[in-house]
Amino acid sequence: MNFSKSFRNTFLVILLSLIVSACATKQTTTKVDGQMQGDVYTGTDTVKYLADGVPDRVFFATNESILTTKSRDTLRKQANWLRDNSSINVVVEGHADERGTREYNLALGERRANAAKDYLITYGISADRISVISYGKERPVDSGSNPLSWSKNRRSVTVKAN
Amino acid sequence: MIRLFNLTLLLFLFLITKANSLIEIDITRGNLDPLPIAVSPLFQDDNSKKNSINELKIENVGSEISFVVENNLKTSGLFNPLSKEAFLQKPDIAHLKPRFEDWALIKAQALITGKVTIENKKLKVEFRLWDILAGREMMALAFTTVPSNWRRVGHIISDKVYERLTGEKGYFDTRIIYVSEEGPKTARVKKLAIMDQDGFNTKYLTLGNELVLTPRFNPTSQMVTYLSYFKNLPRVYLLDIETGTQEVVGDFPGMTFAPRFSPDGKKIIMSFAKDGNSDIYTMDLENRVVERITNHPSIDTSPSYSPDNKYITFNSDRSGFQQIYVMKSDGSNVKRISFGNGLYGTPVWSPRGDLIAFTKLHKGKFYIGVMRTDGSGERLLTENYYQEAPSWSPNGRVLIFYRETKSNDKGEGFSAKLWSIDLTGYNERQVQTETDASDPSWSSLLSN
Repeated sequence: MNFSKSFRNTFLVILLSLIVSACATKQTTTKVDGQMQGDVYTGTDTVKYLADGVPDRVFFATNESILTTKSRDTLRKQANWLRDNSSINVVVEGHADERGTREYNLALGERRANAAKDYLITYGISADRISVISYGKERPVDSGSNPLSWSKNRRSVTVKAN
Repeated sequence: MIRLFNLTLLLFLFLITKANSLIEIDITRGNLDPLPIAVSPLFQDDNSKKNSINELKIENVGSEISFVVENNLKTSGLFNPLSKEAFLQKPDIAHLKPRFEDWALIKAQALITGKVTIENKKLKVEFRLWDILAGREMMALAFTTVPSNWRRVGHIISDKVYERLTGEKGYFDTRIIYVSEEGPKTARVKKLAIMDQDGFNTKYLTLGNELVLTPRFNPTSQMVTYLSYFKNLPRVYLLDIETGTQEVVGDFPGMTFAPRFSPDGKKIIMSFAKDGNSDIYTMDLENRVVERITNHPSIDTSPSYSPDNKYITFNSDRSGFQQIYVMKSDGSNVKRISFGNGLYGTPVWSPRGDLIAFTKLHKGKFYIGVMRTDGSGERLLTENYYQEAPSWSPNGRVLIFYRETKSNDKGEGFSAKLWSIDLTGYNERQVQTETDASDPSWSSLLSN
């Protein structure tokens, strides 16, 4: 069942790409390869989950701190979980990829962490339960030098503080 | 036979035209024809040699000092130190009165000679600089110091020679503070490290227990400011490298970063980040008064004062992208100065005042460049996969920065190293460090 579905998908992709390559001279700029949309990482292989079904991190586009639809979904799950676990405080870590100057990336990481924090506050979590820290590009999770690795590193991570 | 004749004729003409003119080097252009210079080993008599072994465990410190000088001059790209094997005159005799014909024969245009004595735990060094073509002495100086300072003596001699022949102060008797890096990218251990400009005498100032970044020298003292994640609170610190004492700069309820001293050494200028917004602040080191300089919802960071303390250049994304701005030091008259393609960061004002060095990111490549302080005359000096954070030599002629290599998907092949390049865009070279290294900052001249 799974096999036939994925086979059908693959077939569809091949068919589509044949059509695209046959008729288009210009390549599309937005690529959806299952792990990235635009240049935002969409994988679910987060390292430390806050709790079962509550992802600990959200991902950002290059130089951006805007939360994607998926990020907002993740943060709402975090907010729900925080509401159910009112004794737990968190630190939101902001991170950047390695393709930027160190000082700007520190500021960018801080901006990303605050974007996540603000969303949690919007969903009813008290500001004094959330602190932020920016690591800039100093703490990558993926050490590769390629667009996929960089997309995994542009993130904010919500970590239990107590 | 004909060829030999031509050569003699050339040499003859050269001697005539140059006979009365002092040699000099133009450092404003890329020097593709470095000045041939002979650095004779500094003479040391047998008694001093014995003392040298006792004091320093070095047999011939005179010879070692000449190697320091030779290496400095060579690294500057302006000089071509000639092989000592070709020298015809003995060091002691040359120091008294060189036979100029002998040195001209090996095509030296300048000659450094000297004499070293170690007595009563004192190192005495005298040296002379000779103009071979004019056949006369250009400079003679003597120093006395403690024997362990022998490398510094070499650096001071280099500075004096550089200054005499280029007309500008040298940069050899200086140190570099930087971040030493070890371990995998995902768990990098970083320590503050300091070394002589030529890579010797490395000392580590922190143990690596906490993340440290962006150390910068005070141009007027042995103080350093840097960012430390001590207790997981990223804050700007002040460190006295002589005594080892350190303190947090100011009392900010959030991250402070990107610190730098004002040229008079009296203030620290830095960014303070709160609620997703970074602005620029200063703190007076005498009265501890904190002043807010920018107030804008964008990221404002990497501030750097002009040498007269009147202006500040900084990095901001208020236009939507990272660009370079200049304002008066009270925060008024903000003007964007970078308008080329790409993103611009890490502006640093030249100690000469006329240029701002920067990092530029364009189409996936990183550049170190310079522009005039109004943004005109942009010149890119070097292009690479990743490089940033230029720091000026105290004479404003050389930039030191760091460069990272691309790693494969497993993170292998990564390295971070210090590099230097002349303002002319020539003479790019790696600066040797014991470990991987980043965030270099060049000190002022230790002696004048």
